Amino acid sequence: MNSSMINESSTSTTLRDNAEVAEVLGRSYAAGFVTDIEMTSLPPGLDEGTIRALSAIKQEPSWMTEWRLEAYRHWLTMPKPDWAKLNIDPIDYQAISYYAAPKAGPKSLAEVDPALLETYEKLGIPLHERAALAGVAVDAVFDSVSVGTTFRKQLAEAGVLFCSMSEAIREYPELVQKYLGSVVPTGDNFFAALNSAVFSDGSFVFIPKGVRCPMELSTYFRINAQNTGQFERTLIVAEEGSHVSYLEGCTAPKRDENQLHAAVVELVALEKAQIKYSTVQNWYPGDENGVGGIYNFVTKRGDCRGDDSKISWTQVETGSAITWKYPSVILRGDRSVGEFYSVALTHHYQQADTGTKMIHLGKYTKSKIVSKGISAGRSSNSYRGLVKMEKGAEGARNYTQCDSLLIGKQCGAHTFPYMEVKNPTAIVEHEATTSKISDDQMFYCRSRGVSEEDAVSMIVDGFCKQVFRELPMEFAVEAKKLLEVSLEGAVG
Amino acid sequence: MSMLKIENLHARVEGKEILKGLSLTVNAGEVHAIMGPNGAGKSTLGNVLSGRDGYEVTAGTVTYNGIDLLALAPEARAAAGVFLAFQYPVEIPGVNNTYFLRAAFNAQRKGRGEKELDSMQFLKLVREKLKIMQISDELLHRAVNEGFSGGEKKRNEIFQMAVLEPQLAILDETDSGLDIDALKQVAQGVNTLRSPDRAFLMITHYQRLLDYVVPDFVHVLADGRIVESGDKSLALKLEEHGYAGIAASHPADPRQAGAAA
Repeated sequence: MNSSMINESSTSTTLRDNAEVAEVLGRSYAAGFVTDIEMTSLPPGLDEGTIRALSAIKQEPSWMTEWRLEAYRHWLTMPKPDWAKLNIDPIDYQAISYYAAPKAGPKSLAEVDPALLETYEKLGIPLHERAALAGVAVDAVFDSVSVGTTFRKQLAEAGVLFCSMSEAIREYPELVQKYLGSVVPTGDNFFAALNSAVFSDGSFVFIPKGVRCPMELSTYFRINAQNTGQFERTLIVAEEGSHVSYLEGCTAPKRDENQLHAAVVELVALEKAQIKYSTVQNWYPGDENGVGGIYNFVTKRGDCRGDDSKISWTQVETGSAITWKYPSVILRGDRSVGEFYSVALTHHYQQADTGTKMIHLGKYTKSKIVSKGISAGRSSNSYRGLVKMEKGAEGARNYTQCDSLLIGKQCGAHTFPYMEVKNPTAIVEHEATTSKISDDQMFYCRSRGVSEEDAVSMIVDGFCKQVFRELPMEFAVEAKKLLEVSLEGAVG
Repeated sequence: MSMLKIENLHARVEGKEILKGLSLTVNAGEVHAIMGPNGAGKSTLGNVLSGRDGYEVTAGTVTYNGIDLLALAPEARAAAGVFLAFQYPVEIPGVNNTYFLRAAFNAQRKGRGEKELDSMQFLKLVREKLKIMQISDELLHRAVNEGFSGGEKKRNEIFQMAVLEPQLAILDETDSGLDIDALKQVAQGVNTLRSPDRAFLMITHYQRLLDYVVPDFVHVLADGRIVESGDKSLALKLEEHGYAGIAASHPADPRQAGAAA
């Protein structure tokens, strides 16, 4: 039996037109400051020379340079994707600088420029290990380079490799060569090809066989320099029976120009390995008139390569002017499990087209998708998901739940779930709801003494509960606060 | 000074005049029942007093403990001690009942310039109230009204009232849709909360509730005004003659009967 279903539903809706709500959303983007630091950067423009220069700065082996060039040549032949429900102003790839780094260059943590430490301090990510978040190792990526990684010694004792990608290419070339591009090939899509050609930094994680990573790993991405793009590349490999939980956070200064963040993240889980990957994305979303903000075009994919492996994506997306992102899982191993938990909040003129792909290849594979979209202001928020049951996916199951919450009357929520089922024993379930914060709910809260603003946060928080539960504790609190700030002025 | 003094209140909903010169005085410690046929304006009165959007007051005044109640936002009315038990309590999915109640409780305290309670202190208070109200603590762990039966929703309203300790409690058809056991339980809750400092305004269709919560005053609301006031015997008279009989004996009474002072 072959069956496929394409379903599109669109809702644009009304809510309250209360002026107070508009006020609530007026709070500002707290991470919007600029760090004044001397930078080394490549001049804007992109050709093979740029890539060779970039590779040379990073002291890469020649195979890496060749890999990049091949990706670049492929990229030149590719059309820009236009299938997403997004309005994107044309991007001038020649106007972007593909490398920017603090002049002092990456050193040991003890020698990191105080201005940088202060930046991360301000963002709530202390890099001094004394002050660091308890039980969380951090790799801090500033524009194109990693400026420091904490707790490396403790991790090394457990056999865990956690460092910047640039370093991994130099220190562990055989591991990088084996796995890089094995989940997201260089020519996978337009932005993945661009990333493969010009990627700057990101994190590399390797958890050897049987090791349970002793602490949460996290990378904090910061865009600071003007007219640069950030091309993050992250690779996480979990060997047989290992276990890791990884979190990334992102912020950028307020600027009137759009900036590009085109990332590729690859996860590999071997037999019985588990990877939990959480994102709190708070790139600058642009102002209330839709000026500025980050273009966040990201390819994230996990490969459950071994039997009984598990990959779980949890994302809280509140930032970026435009988000284009579909963290996916290839369920190759028998009985492997893929999960996707997402909260995507858009406000003002933000646009998000996000969701997941669950590709079931192995027998008795299972996937679960819980997506919560919240739209406010004039924003547009789309869920786009693919569940594919291939011929060999005997007894595979998927459960998808897709809920949209609308705040205000000029926003939109859209759901595009695609399903392809090629195995008759596979079961696919899909549930979707669209709701709005009702006047009744608001009045009920207010009649009990709760202010309008607190009522909205409470209702939104309740709406997202299923996803917040999946985040590591410290970050669940963070995510909740972030939603509150992002929704300021949304009521009314 | 009376706790609540409503004078010549006129209010519109979607352009239609519903309250047409309602006057009523309520003192601390009193229980007033407001009865009347469908469409008389009973629920409108409750909504106007608690400040719901969409209810436009076109004339008259409402004075609560000496202040102009109509000038306050709903949350400020709550902090000042006005509580509305909803006819249709609202579901808030995913929001824990205890969390919601603590947010409300502390927001009210903050509004009055009082110290907020931390979660341990609050939990202690909640447990005491559960005991007094004879309500199972299973209620605490669920989301606000989500998946509650009709009876559970009404009980939850009474429980919220017990925790929030309002001065003026308005019960909007709290008895509707309840079976006799649930009705008794709700009535018992109300009786437990009766006190010399607290007043109740019970909006109801039926005299049935009044068998369990005996009011000090009964008012008949018809066509946007109070047309007759009396003691409990009025409710019994209504039961016998119906609203039609009462309304017929009060053709457009210009005096707009006031309540007992």
